Amino acid sequence: MPGPELLSTQGLRQDGRRPNELRRIHCKLGVFTQPDGSAYLEQGNTKVLAAVYGPHQAQKSKASTEGVVVNCQYSMATFSTGERKNRPRGDRKSQEMSLHLRQALTAAIKTELYPRSQIDVYVEVLQDDGSAYSVCVNAATLALVDAGIPLRAYVVSCSASMAWRDGRPEPLVDAARTDQASGGCLLTVAAITNTGSIALLEMSHRLHMDYLDVVLSRAMQGCRDIEAVLNQAVRDHLAEGWTKQDVVTV
Amino acid sequence: MAVKLLSETEKSFITYGVQDDFRSDGRSNIDYRPMELETDVVSHANGSARLRLANTDVLVGVKTEVDTPSPDNPGAGKIEFFVDCSANATPEFEGRGGEQLANSISNMMQRAYHSSQAFNLKQLCILDGKQCWKLYIDVLILECGGNLCDAVSLAVKAALFNTRIPFVKAALMDGGNVDLQLSDDPYDCKLLDVGSAPLLVTLCKIGEKCVVDPSAEEESCSVISLVVGVTGNPKNYCTPEESAKVAEGKAKCSAISMSGPGSVATKTLKDAINQGIVAAQSLDSALGHALLRERKENVTLKKHSYGFLK
Repeated sequence: MPGPELLSTQGLRQDGRRPNELRRIHCKLGVFTQPDGSAYLEQGNTKVLAAVYGPHQAQKSKASTEGVVVNCQYSMATFSTGERKNRPRGDRKSQEMSLHLRQALTAAIKTELYPRSQIDVYVEVLQDDGSAYSVCVNAATLALVDAGIPLRAYVVSCSASMAWRDGRPEPLVDAARTDQASGGCLLTVAAITNTGSIALLEMSHRLHMDYLDVVLSRAMQGCRDIEAVLNQAVRDHLAEGWTKQDVVTV
Repeated sequence: MAVKLLSETEKSFITYGVQDDFRSDGRSNIDYRPMELETDVVSHANGSARLRLANTDVLVGVKTEVDTPSPDNPGAGKIEFFVDCSANATPEFEGRGGEQLANSISNMMQRAYHSSQAFNLKQLCILDGKQCWKLYIDVLILECGGNLCDAVSLAVKAALFNTRIPFVKAALMDGGNVDLQLSDDPYDCKLLDVGSAPLLVTLCKIGEKCVVDPSAEEESCSVISLVVGVTGNPKNYCTPEESAKVAEGKAKCSAISMSGPGSVATKTLKDAINQGIVAAQSLDSALGHALLRERKENVTLKKHSYGFLK
């Protein structure tokens, strides 16, 4: 179990947030001209770019008559972490992340509409300050919306960790790097919030079964909060009326 | 490069336009497209810059590490370039698809920075023969709209200008080993002298004429392109008070390379190199001006950080 130092005596986290408080979210849709859809999202100091290409004809080996194939690639910039990374992609962690990303996004996309087609989703982590996977899912959702791909609903992801306060468990929503420093558990959920269903759940380190419920419900609440922010961003973007794709580049 | 599909008529439109000094986007043959530059965009790096040249987008992060100098050059630091073509730019770069292009750019940069007149590696020395700084310059290509080399070199120079290297507080000699204590204070740092760092200029030969800053469409019309690395003038990178002490740097060619299936006559080559040097000089002074203005705004706390949100 993580030590009590994750929460101060006033009940604040190391970065000054309350346990149920998200990091500040900034986002922008349509940052690039060449992809069919793109988005930039930052949650605190975690910053992610996502680009979507497609739907287009699938590669022969990948094509499926059932529905569209979602092809994901997760890569991290070599300068994104405190210690320099040697390879931006291709290592085991990013391959696993790519699979998880596909899992979450496939649940949201209306795959049956495009048989024998393929949608490429590329995410690039520019800066990682904890919960990079969650931010990637959220950025990819925005990019899919920007590309005009039919979705069942937003798929939104949020993480949660746990700390102890006055001998009682206190779940921490949207864990930053400092919240994971003492090796506490990290639960990541990708959820389709309007039905309340979970598209992906992943947990690392150990957590007593008794506390799973509180941590999970805190993470789901985080998902709903983030969805409200993303929804507002999409509406603002559409109200603006044009994106960079529409402007003829000089 | 990412291949653009153009029909024969589109190609001849561009080619004949270039002969008459009119390009399809309204520029003349020696004009650059508009650029946006911002430094200090990645907080995990010692220095960073993002450059957007029309729809070419490049992000550069510089990270420092303590290393031992190579035995044949004990008084000098090290510098290493790594270019990553993100699949965000085009799906062709997925997996290892962009590696060839990335290697060709990083080799070109390495060659241009290799000369001591281009970048003084001595400033990275900590203890002669024992310890030095190694700069990892990581370039991330986010969107390809032609003219990658120029964009990368501009962004790299801006990122190096922005790089802060922590001061060494104490060095303990223990037998043959050196133990360094670095300053924890983020403001306790030195800046690099990058005035003479080279800029790359791509000249695309279209028909009989050469153009600078080719767009992706123009690149696919050209038979051969020439990349010239030209050293900068340190006077452009210091304030008027300091500039009296700094020697005027003459623009020198530090690297030349050619790519493409065609060939050029010697005379055309010389003309193109001269055209490249002229273009590099004006780019260099514009870059210096922009960077100094940004630094000044930074000091007076007027600067607003945009990142990708603009």
